[in-house]
Amino acid sequence: MEINWSAVLGIVFTPVIAFLVGVTYGGLTRRITARIQNRFGPPFYQNILDIIKLYSKESNINHGVMQHLGPVFAITASVTTLFFIPVIKDSPVFTNFSFNGDLIFLLYIMVFGSLGMALGAGQTGNPNSAIGVSRGLSQLVGYEVPFVMALVAIMVQFQTTSLNDLLAVQDHFTKWIIFQSPFAFLAAILAFLGMMGYAPFDVVIAPAEIASGPPSEFGGKYLGLMLTSRSIFTFAKLVLFTDIFLGGAHDFITLIIKTFILYMIPVLTGIVFPRFRTEQSIRFFWSWPLFFGILAILVVVF
Amino acid sequence: MFNDKEASKIVDIIKNFARKHSLWVVAYGTGCGAIELPPTMTSRYDAERFGIRGSATPRQADVLLITGYLSVKTLKRVIRTYEQMQEPKYVIGFGSCTINGGMYWDSYNTIKALDRYLPVDVYINGCMPRPEAVISGFIKLQQLISEGKADGAKRYRENLEWYRENQRKVIKNWRMPEYNW
Repeated sequence: MEINWSAVLGIVFTPVIAFLVGVTYGGLTRRITARIQNRFGPPFYQNILDIIKLYSKESNINHGVMQHLGPVFAITASVTTLFFIPVIKDSPVFTNFSFNGDLIFLLYIMVFGSLGMALGAGQTGNPNSAIGVSRGLSQLVGYEVPFVMALVAIMVQFQTTSLNDLLAVQDHFTKWIIFQSPFAFLAAILAFLGMMGYAPFDVVIAPAEIASGPPSEFGGKYLGLMLTSRSIFTFAKLVLFTDIFLGGAHDFITLIIKTFILYMIPVLTGIVFPRFRTEQSIRFFWSWPLFFGILAILVVVF
Repeated sequence: MFNDKEASKIVDIIKNFARKHSLWVVAYGTGCGAIELPPTMTSRYDAERFGIRGSATPRQADVLLITGYLSVKTLKRVIRTYEQMQEPKYVIGFGSCTINGGMYWDSYNTIKALDRYLPVDVYINGCMPRPEAVISGFIKLQQLISEGKADGAKRYRENLEWYRENQRKVIKNWRMPEYNW
């Protein structure tokens, strides 16, 4: 049996690159937030230091098996999601496992991390965790609907569910799906605001309200694993959106530029807005984003 | 290339660097000192420059910042909070009240010296300490961490009987849950 070494290389390096990029974006976010609030802010590598510190904690309390498995599920879901997204267009190394029909698969696997986190948080027995989990799952129902609408519109328009086919369609700047199907992009980017969990949609992890919600009983290595998973998942979502709407990227520099611009949309929105209540958040997702989603489908069908 | 001792030394340097520059604070705002924390964290003094940041729950925190006097009732909660934190953990006593009782030295229901009940790593004196003093206290703690001298958690574990005895002397209705910390 012949081993495809470039694929092995991709599997080894994709999560590492995803982690480094995601964690640096997190640090830059803190820096940008600080500058907007007229502060100096932490260095851009602050989140890396936080994660090293959390992994080097000497005591790690747990309340049962599920608390062990919760963060593991979360990171499994993040890495799996990442593996099924072509990171670099037409590259033999970073194509990973993307196959035909992977958009529908991605819709399923992206929810898995939240469910893992919910199971882990449920074991801890902290009331704040339970409130956070219920809020998180309600919000998930909120933003998944416009997101699925947008993806269905694109699937119908291009008669494919494969990310690789979608990338092949967008071979020129003018053929990016953001221009071909703008309403789908609007619906998806509004859903994306909810997915990233920045304000005004940070009802799940509301530190001043429910003491950081689901991870409130997680400390040390568990929290470190969750932050790692969050960094990887952030990068995975950004690459997915870049692939679907912005024509993917042929090299890493283009990828970094595109994902960073995309990432700044929820971050900059988050800085200027306060937090929604849970029902306001869901009501928002079921109004304008859903309207744009339906509009996208109607435009495609008729 | 490296023997075990050198390798562990390098690991310790990296660990201590990360611990030093990432202090998550759970601020126990018992007394009037809590009012000094918002200016410390916000744009005027901006403690986030040094990696100091508030944490939502004791499980995630590294530093317990005790701002001001502790009544017997709040001492019980502080002990529970401290025992829920994960090691390595540090305590900063903030203001004169934690050092010798301050203006509450003859009060009937406040404790005088925090050091008898919890292992304090750094004291910040003053009534009130200004945000500059708070930040300098944190920098002192960072120095202690990088030298490996901030061993409050270890002292607490080793002298647990002594601390428990003192705690029980003050807290009459001792009904504390047993943690496996």
